[in-house]
This record gives sequence, structure tokens and C-alpha cells, in this order.
Amino acid sequence: MNFHRHFQDIADRVTALTHGEEISLSNYYAEQSDFLRFNRSAVRQPGSVTDIELTVDLVKGRKRASAATRLTGDRAEDEARVAAIVADARQALGAAPDDPFLLFNSSPQSSEHIAENDLPTRAAAIDAITRAGTGRDMVGIYAAGRTAYGFANSLGQRNWHSADSFNLDWCFYHSADKAVKANYAGFEWRDGEFERIAADAANTLPVLSRTPKTVPPGSYRAYLTPAALAEVWGWLGWGAFGLQTHKTRSTPFLRSIDGADELAKNVSLGENIAAGVAPAFQSDGFLRPDRISLIGHGAYDQCLVSPRSSAEYGVATNGANEAEQPQSLDMAGGELKRGDVLRELGTGVYVSNLWYLNYSDRNNGRLTGLTRFASMWVENGEIVAPLNVMRFDDTIYRMLGSELLGLTSEREMILDTGTYGRRSVDSMRLPGALIGDFRLTL
Amino acid sequence: MFDALERAFTRAVPVGIDCSLRAERSISESYSARRGVPAPPRRSTSVGAMITVEHGGAIGYAATTDLSEQGLRRALTDALDWAKASTGRMVPGYPASALTGEKGTFDTLEREPWTAVSPSDKIELLLDLSRRLKVDDRINDWGASIAHAQTESLLLTTKGGGVHQNICVVMPAMFATASSGAQTQRRSFGDSKIRQGGFEVLDDMGFSTAPERIAHEALMLIEAQECPSDRMDIIIGPDQMVLQIHESIGHPLELDRILGDERNYAGTSFVTPEMFGTYRYGSNLLNISFDPAEAGEATSYAFDDEGRRARKEYLIKDGVLARPLGSATSQHRANLDGVANARACAWNRPAIDRMANLNLEPGNSKFDDLVAQVERGIYVETNFSWSIDDSRNKFQFGCEWGQMIEDGHLTRVVRNPNYRGISSNFWRSLKGVGDRDSYFVGGASQCGKGEPNQAVRVGHATPACLFADVDVFGGAA
Repeated sequence: MNFHRHFQDIADRVTALTHGEEISLSNYYAEQSDFLRFNRSAVRQPGSVTDIELTVDLVKGRKRASAATRLTGDRAEDEARVAAIVADARQALGAAPDDPFLLFNSSPQSSEHIAENDLPTRAAAIDAITRAGTGRDMVGIYAAGRTAYGFANSLGQRNWHSADSFNLDWCFYHSADKAVKANYAGFEWRDGEFERIAADAANTLPVLSRTPKTVPPGSYRAYLTPAALAEVWGWLGWGAFGLQTHKTRSTPFLRSIDGADELAKNVSLGENIAAGVAPAFQSDGFLRPDRISLIGHGAYDQCLVSPRSSAEYGVATNGANEAEQPQSLDMAGGELKRGDVLRELGTGVYVSNLWYLNYSDRNNGRLTGLTRFASMWVENGEIVAPLNVMRFDDTIYRMLGSELLGLTSEREMILDTGTYGRRSVDSMRLPGALIGDFRLTL
Repeated sequence: MFDALERAFTRAVPVGIDCSLRAERSISESYSARRGVPAPPRRSTSVGAMITVEHGGAIGYAATTDLSEQGLRRALTDALDWAKASTGRMVPGYPASALTGEKGTFDTLEREPWTAVSPSDKIELLLDLSRRLKVDDRINDWGASIAHAQTESLLLTTKGGGVHQNICVVMPAMFATASSGAQTQRRSFGDSKIRQGGFEVLDDMGFSTAPERIAHEALMLIEAQECPSDRMDIIIGPDQMVLQIHESIGHPLELDRILGDERNYAGTSFVTPEMFGTYRYGSNLLNISFDPAEAGEATSYAFDDEGRRARKEYLIKDGVLARPLGSATSQHRANLDGVANARACAWNRPAIDRMANLNLEPGNSKFDDLVAQVERGIYVETNFSWSIDDSRNKFQFGCEWGQMIEDGHLTRVVRNPNYRGISSNFWRSLKGVGDRDSYFVGGASQCGKGEPNQAVRVGHATPACLFADVDVFGGAA
């Protein structure tokens, strides 16, 4: 099915149904996805999903109401469904009070991004995975196919973003909770590249056969890989960078905005839409700037500002989504060479992955979470043993502030594997972080 | 609405094909107001179906929004293609067939239908609550919301199965954030307030009477002392017990985790198959049931999403592990008895092992009697923070509200109360279980798991419980 043509037809249909003083905003999402779930190097659940969702917001004066439906690709059926949700939204407008925080883009700016790429056939995907898993315990998910985002309004704006992509995310397990996590994601599948990543991951497995090390609670030197650091920023992304949490003083960066503390000078972080894979437009029709600095040289910089927060607090929107969460985080690298990490770590914990972060004390930026997968105990620059799971409890002002010894010069592009409701288009480009004193509690 | 679909399915499936169709029509509505301003009302309809084909010992699925006969044919071809490609490559012990011939229905009882209350009245209710939350200038953010989801589902199988269920869930929420100096504290109605039913659920849960209490408690918290750090007895209020049960009993007992399916994402389990029948999970006071018939609980149903008839089973009886949360497929793979808990979050995701109504059975202690047992301890309620390792063993939870217990009496309020422990021995320190007076029927609206990812609602009912000698601590850097 040609999603782009379908979107254009639907957008035209919604516009035709928009009456008088009404303005309509249409958000379209479509995907044609293959999902191959596997465990113990065998197939667990294989299948595909074709999904098309349309949300129409009707605006009249200061009132706004929203209604959504699924579409089928059948012209007559879809016309009936579009007419039904426009009628639903129009009826809801009747009960809706004026919305003082209503804001949408009224200066049409159209855009188009289309990336049609070669993806493996299903049989080829199954073959590649079972080949890599031969003689190993391989568990994970292969997700691939087309995702498409469209925005249209009755003022004539049309934005389109579609791409064919894949994301193969898996573990090679040794035993119990000891495993090597790996990922191969992108837009053009290359057998050789997948085999190289799989071989690198497999090479770590022998270390996991050593007797695991249990360390007592205390302070340790630690290295967080980019994947581990992604868990930290991923968690903070839920509320740390939005204008609303800033204004209501519920941000974990409260001490930063009060001038009581800051991160290390070499920490600079931004929302880099230009280098990410997410659409450059949002659901109210605003385009996003290429880059927004969130933390500059350790200091809290700009907020992500949704249109609603913009109207509420009188600050110009920068095209943030409703939740004011980053989608394309980009953290500057440092001076530490990846090849020198173990030597510089000396004796301490090498944290390959972190897991299940949350707050111990949000006001003070204090986080907790756990080590996972192939985290290691290191002595004198040599990996000694896999680390049994440990809980950390520490503040961002220590981890990425007073105790930050260095960031790697090499950074990794991490494409989000999330598939809640739809396949994620979030990404992060991050270095690894060497920490002088990292608090483990349980 | 599914009459035409039944006919289309019958016509679309060729003779000799073994398959099921699970269709769903879900209508969601939400209303909210924040800082006295209503957000635009939202309504969403999601309609679609998944066809799962069994072929040569393998399966394949295809989900589609196109419910016409032609659309189902396309999905069936797609699913069959997957099954053929997977033949001989399925995980060990995969059953030859998961299809059932069960027939039946289930309907949520709505005493006051959601649609009987007009949108204007719903918005006016929220504006009233919002006004009552703003009791002081130090309340700098406040809001209330109500959401309703009606999900009608149909499961058909080529073995003659036909299950039709219609489930309505109501989810109210409310919060007040108080801020003064370097301290910001949030007090809320709690994320565990979710039940099946109609508009009456709001009154049943005390929604309209909560705002002043919530706002005043937020103000008390910004003035309160930090929770002390020490080992002490803890009484966990029922709305926090919901999460304690969910994270450190529910997830570790999921059989698909034990079988390894979730190891790449949600994690594994410290529980192993040989533990069932003998392992002492908790003290003698611990009784955990899978109860799909608890009235009004969020995930009551008559059949799971693969058509297995659901009934009450004990997972932990008198502290001893009895059976896992494992659906028919997992039961076959593990050779263990389980429960009817194959559930999908929507028509576009395949069913996996899930919690549904997972309850801690009430005991005999009055709440005041639990408090009276404690010489020095703490009472906590309403979850704020949760974290647990991928084997579901080392946990840490933080709550909105803490109150010290001294010499058998509740005393001063403390802020940022946290506690941590290890599932495999924490439940053995259970030394008091509340009776029906503190029994609370709630749940969680977003339980994430699975690849592709799925977030489902679950139900949990529990009284307040007393645990001995727990590691408790507060905030500050």
C-alpha cells in the first residue's frame, strides 16, 4: 500500500469536511512491520502488523477537540471513518470550554522526507538470526518495515516523513542473568556488518563463564558504556528538559536551575533533530529547529517547549512534542580513547548496561537503578569476572559532575528499540563516561 | 458490530487451515484539567484484528485494520507465510495447537453507564476538583483527569470457538504539587486507582472527596522532615502494596520469563521451574491468588485472549509457591500447570503471559492492630518511584507519604520515604496482613513487557501489610 498517497487523499478529505470557521489538524501514522521474536535461537512469535491511525483535531475560535480512528486503505470505508471522527470532534467541540493554552502552527510550512531502502525478506531474516544463534542461546526481536508520519492542516500545510528501517536487538546468553547485549539497526541491511557485530558479541561470552564477582555496597570507580549512559538520559528525558517541569519546579535539575549545582564542564547535551531519525515536525504543525542546547558546558540551558507550554508560560515553542521529551539526544564526546577505557578505569566496575532507573530523591537529582548483562569487575585494567547485579544510588551531580573523570571521544548512535504502540524513531548519540566514585548500595 | 466479521472470517478461511481470529474494537475517552484549565477532550477508536495460523507445528500471525473478507484473506496469507517460514524452527516444546473450541461471553457491569454522564458534566466535575486542589499559594501545579476505555473483543477459531467479551474500565487521577524553597513534593490520588465499571467507580473510589486532603498533605510534605535511614518495621498501605505485589511476585512468577522469552527486554526471573510446589516464597500469612472473578477488579474476564476459560487459582498458598502465571502455550513448554493469562494489549500484538487480577488475600488484622504491633517503624502509601532488577529480586520503592510509628502509634509525617529489599527473602518477613477493612481493589494501568512491546492494565487487590526489619531510608544527596 502506498501510505504517502493514502495520506494525501485522507488529508484532502478532512480538509473538505472542515466547515466555516473551523480549522482541522490531521496527524497520520502508518506502519507495515515484520516482528520476529526469538528465544534460545529458535522462533517464538513471528508475524506482521499493518496499522494506520488518523487523529483529527478540530479548532473553532478558542475551542479544540480531538478524535482518532484506524484506517483500512479501502477508499469507501476510510471516507466513512473520517466523516465519523470529524463528526465526533465537532460534537465534542460543543461541550468544550475555551482553551487559553490553544496554540497551533498557522503559518503553513510543508516538508517531505522519504527514505525507501532495501530490507531483508522474512526468510532471509530468519536464516540470518538462526545462523548467528547456532550453538548459542540467542534471544531477542527483529523489527523491520516502513513507518510513516504525516501532518496536514486545513490551512494547506503538509508534512511527510517515511522510512524503511530495521532493528535487530538481541542477547547471547551464557547462563542465568549473564549475557551479552547486542544490536544491529539501520536502513540498509548488510550481512557482513551483522556478522561482525554478532562475532564481537560472541567473543565476550567466554568471560561470562568465569565465577561471577559479588562486590559489597560501597563506592567504586566505574565506566558507563554509551548504552548504560543511554539509560540515564532516557530516564531523565521523562521530565528533566521540559518547560512545564521547569516552571513547576518538579524537574530533577532543580538544583541546577537554582544555581546550587551543575554538571561537569565537559557535559554538553542537545536535541539534535538534524542528526536523528525522527520527523522534523510535531503534532501541532510546528517544525523543529535542527538543534536545541539542553545542557551547555555543565549548565542547564534551554527547555523543550511544547505549543501548550508556550501559550501557558509565554515562552516561544521550539517544536517540542506534547510530553516535552527529547527524541534525538546528542551528547558531546570527550578526550578519553575507547581503547584506553580499561586502563583508565584501573580497578572498578565496567557497566555494560543499566536497567530500571528511577528516583531516590528527585529534588536532588538522585537516581537508582541496576547493573545488567555483561557488566564486569575490572582489576588493574584487566577484566576479571562478570559482576553480579548491583544497585546504584547516586546523584547526577556526582556521576556527571564532581566525579566525572572523562568522556570517550568515540560516540555511539543508539536507535531506540521501543515498540509500544508503534515503532520508535527516537535515537541518542552518546559517549561513554568514566566515573571516579560511583555509589553501589545493594 | 462483529456479525459481519464472523461471516467474513468463515468465508475467508479455506478448508484445512487451522487458525484463530481475535478482533477488537476499543473506544477510549479522556478528560483532564490542569491548573484550572481543561485540556481538549480526546476520543479514540481502534478497530482491528489479528489472524494466527498454525501450520506444520509452527505459527504465524498477521494483524490488520482491514476487516473485510479481502482484508482477512490477505492477513491469512501473510500469517501462513510466516508459519511456513518458521516450520521446524519453533522454540522447544511448542504445542501442536493452541486453538480452543470454547464459547462464551463476559460483560462488565456498569451501574451508571459512562455515556449517561454528559461531556459537559465530566468537564465541570474536573474543574470543581481543580478549584478545590488549589488551597494555598505554595500549590504550584495541580490537576485531575478521568479516562474510560470500552473494549469489545471477539475470538473465533476454526475449532468452533467463539468468545465475545465487553470490558469497561475507568481510570481517575488527581495530583497537587507543593513547592517551597528547594523542596517540591507531589501528593496524588495514586496511579493504582483503576477498576471495571461505569461512572459509579469514581464515587466508589472517593474521587470527589479527595482534593482537599491531597492538597493539604502535599503542603505537609514540604514542611516534613526527611525520612530517617535505618532498619525498621514497615506497614505498607494497600495502594503501595499493589506495586509491591506486581513487581516482586507477579513478574517473577510469569512463566514466559522463567522460560527465557523476556530475557532480552523485561528480564528473567529468580524463580525456576523446580521451585513450584516446594519453595517457601513468604511467611505462612502470604496467600496470592489469580482471581479473574473479583467483582469490579480491572482485569476480570471469563476467558483469556487465546480462549482459555479463566478461574481462580492460588499461586502462593500459606507462603509456599504453588503455580506460575503461565498460559496454555507456556504450560506445555514447561510441563507445569498454570492459569488462563494469555493476554494481548490490543489487536495488533500477540498474546503473551500476563498478570490479570493478582491478589493478596486478606488476613485477620485490623489496621490499628498492625500499627499497635510496631514499636519503631514507618507507614508508607502511594507509590512515587519503583525499580527492580531483571531477575525481579533486588527492589527499591519510594512513596509519596510516610508516617513514623512509635510505640504502637502513628506519629510525625516524613518525606521521601524509600525502602529496599530482596524479593526472595522480603516476603518471609511478612508478619501481619490486614483484614477486609483495609482491602483495596485497584491495579496498574500500564504494565510494560513483551517484544514487540505491550502495555496492559492489570488488577491487584490487597489489604495493608506489616513487614519486619526492612531497610528504610530518605532523600537528600
